[in-house]
Amino acid sequence: MSESASGTINYLNHDKSIKSWLLTLDHKRIGIMYLIAVSLAFLAGGILAILVRIELMAPGETIMSADAYNQSFTLHAVLMIFTFIIPAVPAVMGNFVLPLQIGAKDVAFPRLNLASFYIYVLGAVIAMAALLVGRIDGGWTFYTPYSTSVGDGILFVTTGVFVMGFSSILTGLNFIVTVHKMRAPGLTWNRLPLFIWSIYATAIVQVLATPVIGITMLLLFLEKFMHIGIFDPALGGDPVLFQHFFWFYSHPAVYIMILPAFGIISDLMGTFSRHQVSGYKFVALSSVAIAFLGFLVWGHHMFVSGQSATSSVVFSLITYLIGIPTGVKVINWVSTMYRGSVQLKTPMLYAIAFLFTFSIGGFTGIMLGVLAIDIHLHDTYFVVAHFHYVMMGGNVIAALGGLHYWWPKITGKMFNEKLGKIAAGLVFFGFNLTFFPQFIMGAQGMPRRYYDYLPEFQGYHLLSTYGSWVLAAGLFLILGYLLASLINGKKAGLNPWGALTLEWTHTTTPPHPHNFLETPIVTRGAYDFHLAKELFATGEEVSEVVTSTH
Amino acid sequence: MGDKGVFWLPDAMSTFAGEVDALFWFVFWTSTVLFVAVVAAKLYFMFRYKRRDETSVPDPVHESKLLESAWIVVPTLLVLFVFIWGFDVYLRMNTAPPDAYEITVRGKQWAWEFEYAEGVTTFTEMYVPVGRPVKLVMSSSDVLHSFFVPAFRVKQDLVPNRYSSVWFEATQTGEFQIYCTEYCGTAHSAMLAKVVVVSEEEFASWITEQSQDLPPVELGAQLFAQCALCHAVDGTTKIGPALNGIFGTQQKLTDGTSVLVDEDFILESILNPAIKVAEGFQPIMPAGYSGMTPKQLDGLVAYIKSLK
Repeated sequence: MSESASGTINYLNHDKSIKSWLLTLDHKRIGIMYLIAVSLAFLAGGILAILVRIELMAPGETIMSADAYNQSFTLHAVLMIFTFIIPAVPAVMGNFVLPLQIGAKDVAFPRLNLASFYIYVLGAVIAMAALLVGRIDGGWTFYTPYSTSVGDGILFVTTGVFVMGFSSILTGLNFIVTVHKMRAPGLTWNRLPLFIWSIYATAIVQVLATPVIGITMLLLFLEKFMHIGIFDPALGGDPVLFQHFFWFYSHPAVYIMILPAFGIISDLMGTFSRHQVSGYKFVALSSVAIAFLGFLVWGHHMFVSGQSATSSVVFSLITYLIGIPTGVKVINWVSTMYRGSVQLKTPMLYAIAFLFTFSIGGFTGIMLGVLAIDIHLHDTYFVVAHFHYVMMGGNVIAALGGLHYWWPKITGKMFNEKLGKIAAGLVFFGFNLTFFPQFIMGAQGMPRRYYDYLPEFQGYHLLSTYGSWVLAAGLFLILGYLLASLINGKKAGLNPWGALTLEWTHTTTPPHPHNFLETPIVTRGAYDFHLAKELFATGEEVSEVVTSTH
Repeated sequence: MGDKGVFWLPDAMSTFAGEVDALFWFVFWTSTVLFVAVVAAKLYFMFRYKRRDETSVPDPVHESKLLESAWIVVPTLLVLFVFIWGFDVYLRMNTAPPDAYEITVRGKQWAWEFEYAEGVTTFTEMYVPVGRPVKLVMSSSDVLHSFFVPAFRVKQDLVPNRYSSVWFEATQTGEFQIYCTEYCGTAHSAMLAKVVVVSEEEFASWITEQSQDLPPVELGAQLFAQCALCHAVDGTTKIGPALNGIFGTQQKLTDGTSVLVDEDFILESILNPAIKVAEGFQPIMPAGYSGMTPKQLDGLVAYIKSLK
């Protein structure tokens, strides 16, 4: 391909057939297919959330029966966790950005990457089929013996989760190999963007934790078809054992959900402060440390389950060990702005919002880790509020920041900045209005997974429901202006945010199908803005593809 | 908005509730101070270091080892302090005094059963004496349940085939809410009851009165409390059909046949509810009520028969 054509040929326009999309081996196109799939999952989960909130506007029946409500909140959780949050950042942004950020032409195993996508779709379909074979209610935790007593739905859901788990494992494996073997010359571990570090740490958890859900499923099948008592007390099994298995996977899965968010926030903080990320090494290595420690705290979900008091004490202690590095990261992100040069563009607003919401999620996590307090708060709305502050206030807010940040690179179009800021405000306000009242009613004793409730809690439920509408309005506004930008958005420059990582400095917008025309040679760290002063000397947008840094 | 109590927590009505609250408030205020500090620093930096010159590229800040160590060491000490404190209170919450008054609690879809050593059984109200440690020995006859009294700050799961226990000492008389906090099916959110805390004397006379033999219809009326969640006695339809005036009538069933409502049908419906299901209803009634004694079953049948 001639040099002169390189400006116009990109990964979106070089072949426009449907087949070229469905069978693509290009990590960028696979990333976009994931983006569409997880957005649909988020929409479905979100509609269910709105229905759940409307039902809770008044005690008793509001718009649906108890059975419909119990299935709605369960499906909301299953969709949001397994089909949306777990793949959202690693599979969408990890796929699109990771090879670009390390200066590689693709991931290490492109075919495996495409297979991961279809395995994910297959798993999602199997999980949804559960609805057709039987009821799935009682929450995403599927505690036995209830879950097995209402039919075979649980076998479908766990099979679906297990299949999607393979997608997760293969993606993780692909990323680990890619990061180890395919970094551009000069891109040492100390120079890696923190997004790569966090996706790498996430990949470790994906590979190590996900098999456990497979083991759990196998045991459920053995019990079901061979009547070997494992979890079912009627056969001499132990339902608490199921909880151990479940959380042994699902607690590390929490880190699959939050670690990638840490990476996005680090990149946003560095770029929009045009500053070295404070405590780079600590932020990088603590993600890996959290990935491993995350395997040792599952029992803090089970303080009132009947597990031994000694176990509870040990799990409570280790929970704090994992809290410290997370807290220090927050301090590092804040201090990145200190003596920086802070630009409050839309993606940065999400990073700022994240520091607020995620900190609340973190502090309330410490509260829940205290043995004596958790007894009171366990299985109340306090817990519901806490994990929404971590999952939505952490992961989703960060993912929105990342989506806005990389949108110009992905699509070649700028979104409307003004609407972007308004939407960020709506999401932030709506989110807090939805979930903060839940802390208060939870502490007062309102249990979770309740269709009906005592009238004294109605005020809080109303606030929460109104908040969910504001939040939904913000999210639909984002959907609207992002789609509009595809049609009439301003053409994006090469590096509209003035970032230093390779996807901005060394590729065209949108990137070439093979990412880089020449292999980049890296001579500075991802946030060494002071070593690249010449790029910003004119005060104009950095507008040339750099082929080597010096 | 709560009916009583401070803004965040319900009134503390057990001996260790105050200790739990002290810990809650310590974590709450420490977190609030740290959170406000983080947010204030964030807002200050956002505006103080706002980009004014597009060409500005600030140099890295020399990182202070002292400051960095401080923000690792201080939070670590704080959480260890909170851990030890929480551990200490937890141990006491976990260890019932040996002289505690014992009540056997059974959870089933979707009712509570409180059985006293004196042979008395109650369903929607658990009477306990004030100022005396009470230990609940709990189990479930079907799925997981969890016993939660916010005013006492106690919660413990009920597991089938296994006993779990929880204890408390109420400090004031009054009625306090019991919730089920482990999801247990359709009517999970209606699996409620009350703790009624009364003086020692009242408790003693209550239990004597309760342990007298009751006529079958009255015994049945008492037992019916656990059925009332799903079955009305005034003709209205709840989760299950209303049960008044049905005795002696023909009941249509889901399989298209009909059956005469007599003593045998009522008994069968209690013991094996899924065999004959009334038209228009789902077969969701749990079979967990078969554990009643013959005398209790007779009482219940007599009571349903008496409903007009």
